[in-house]
Amino acid sequence: MNATKLEPATALAELKETKPDRVTLVVLSGDMDKAMAAFIIATGAAAMGMKVTMFFTFWGLNIIRKEGATSSATDWMRRAFGWINKGGTENLPLSRFHFGGLGTSMMKKVMKNNRMPGIAELLETAQDLGVQMIACTTTLGMMGISKDTLIDGVDQLAGVSTYLAEARHGSVNLFI
Amino acid sequence: MIPADVKLDTLGYFCPMPIILTSKKIKELVPGQVLEVASDDEGIKKDMPAWCETTGHGWVGLEEEPGADKTIYKAYVKKS
Repeated sequence: MNATKLEPATALAELKETKPDRVTLVVLSGDMDKAMAAFIIATGAAAMGMKVTMFFTFWGLNIIRKEGATSSATDWMRRAFGWINKGGTENLPLSRFHFGGLGTSMMKKVMKNNRMPGIAELLETAQDLGVQMIACTTTLGMMGISKDTLIDGVDQLAGVSTYLAEARHGSVNLFI
Repeated sequence: MIPADVKLDTLGYFCPMPIILTSKKIKELVPGQVLEVASDDEGIKKDMPAWCETTGHGWVGLEEEPGADKTIYKAYVKKS
């Protein structure tokens, strides 16, 4: 681990000075319900004046990919994988009762009827409130996701030491 | 009846929206002013005092208005 390579060095210095309540979330899941829980915690914490960092990895990367984005990898395996593993907030399945999309679309309808914000709106709110978003470079590469297919406003592409450097200052660290 | 300078309607919104809308609205107030947040989400009874404790704004109190199908909660926050 090379500490001098940590990109947010200035952010860390500022952090040590102000010592705000800090929340970090590792979002591994790309399930709609789990993403919702992650965003509700993130936006709630930001509204309470806490500094929030979300670290997206594995299936969680689908949440911060552009709608319908596939793999841009050149090898056939990752390309094929990309066709099945489409990104975008509208393509996230429920962790239970997805039923080939039927259950999920019913759940979305219920949410809409009850004026509950969907993932896209929660994501936008999170960005509005200054929630920092980091995409994990290792899994980006592994899953054949190129950075140009990520949504605008992803703050950093980084790895585990960036996450840990933030998490060690956090009083709330969650793995979703 | 608690007097309020500014009112915020969050009826129909679920957690975390009332808190998020409150955190945005409070910026429009000057210190000492009281914000009334109307919500039909019962969670606000606990959430708003907790939000005040964390952010440092003053918790004034809560009023409940029982209605035919749902209760409306009015939370009062004093900007610090």
